Amino acid sequence: MIHPRMHPQVAWQALLAGLVYVLLATALYAAPVFPPLTGRVVDDAGILSAETQQKLTQMLAQHEAQTGNQIVIATIKSLQGYSIDDFGYQLGRAWGIGQKGQNNGALLLVAPNERNVRVEVGYGLEGRLTDAQSRLIIENLILPEFRKGDFNTGVLVGATTLLRVLGGDASALPQQTEQRKSQDEDGSGGGSVIAIIVIMFIFGRFFWPLLFLGGFRGRHGGPGRGGFSRGGFSGGGGSFGGGGASGRW
Amino acid sequence: MSHPIARLAARVGAVLLLAIGLAGCGINAVPTQDEQVKAAWSEVLNQYQRRADLVPNLVETVRGYAKQEQTVLTQVTEARARATQVTLPADILTNPDAFRQFEQNQASLGGALGRLLAISEQYPDLKSNQNFLALQSQLEGTENRIAVARRDYIGTVQTYNTTLRTIPSRWIAAILYPNAKVRETFTIDEKAQEVPQVKL
Repeated sequence: MIHPRMHPQVAWQALLAGLVYVLLATALYAAPVFPPLTGRVVDDAGILSAETQQKLTQMLAQHEAQTGNQIVIATIKSLQGYSIDDFGYQLGRAWGIGQKGQNNGALLLVAPNERNVRVEVGYGLEGRLTDAQSRLIIENLILPEFRKGDFNTGVLVGATTLLRVLGGDASALPQQTEQRKSQDEDGSGGGSVIAIIVIMFIFGRFFWPLLFLGGFRGRHGGPGRGGFSRGGFSGGGGSFGGGGASGRW
Repeated sequence: MSHPIARLAARVGAVLLLAIGLAGCGINAVPTQDEQVKAAWSEVLNQYQRRADLVPNLVETVRGYAKQEQTVLTQVTEARARATQVTLPADILTNPDAFRQFEQNQASLGGALGRLLAISEQYPDLKSNQNFLALQSQLEGTENRIAVARRDYIGTVQTYNTTLRTIPSRWIAAILYPNAKVRETFTIDEKAQEVPQVKL
């Protein structure tokens, strides 16, 4: 490779300069080191049972088959000095969760050693799963379980609700229970219940068949469709822009 | 060597190599990276706008519970006005003064909002208000998006400026894109502007 007329010392200097340059460049662009994307559930921290992982994988595969949204659950040994907000979007980008162009990916990230959890939402899903909703899921469903030390339940409950909200069922969200109670005591909640009953009576003929239709459809799309093998999973090239919410316990 | 067809082939090959070489060392690098900078910049503006849009609602909600915090509320409103009323000059990305001014305005809005959130810690009723919680998480999410957008912008500008200032892409830029100018980038750390949370 070295030109015959080039003095060996010059060549060495050039090589050294090149090396220093490369080292400097990597130092400047230092990014956290991410675990490999081995499936829809990446339990790098080793806090989830095999059963939980299997359940989650099936749920997530089914969700992708129905909606195209790619959701990945990751537990991370160490955030390597980054804040979880900072780590989350870079991990999502590195793995390319979500389809390219649609950016319909989301990430549930748990860092048990830093006691941090984050829902990272891809650009394309920010409208379906807002920051406020992500935060409600974290605060009211995930963190109480994590505080008890039950990672399996926390992740399962959180992921289930996450998928339901992404599927368009915002009623799956836990409301602030205390707020709701006080509203009911005020009596302001009663009016809407009456209104709903009245509406149901008026539109009863249309309403009930619709309900049954919905039931049938639900059964057709039921369990048993998520037949994705764990090894064959890979990110679709989606990107993230920092949407979502974080929590600590 | 002497065969005419061989010579022709050699010439065609040389021209092809030259073309590939030029493309390889970035004959299109300047416009491509310029577009990336523009896209990253509009994302920055977009997220700053999103934050500014949250402010009136947030101020109203806090005012409902903490009327006595007039100073902070006024500061936020004024900072928002400063950050949004200025029409940005077209050359903002190459005009250091305009860019600093923009950055300063946004940073002071960020700082004022940080203070607002810090004082709201002192009002339990406000803290448990559903609307406030939603606004607060949206604001946090937006601050995070701003951080990401800024970092992406800094990254694209770094690439673009490097292209404009290093050899040989510098020569190509000088010949083909004489109007290309080095872009301004962010220097103030938004996080540093924020007041630490007061826990009482």
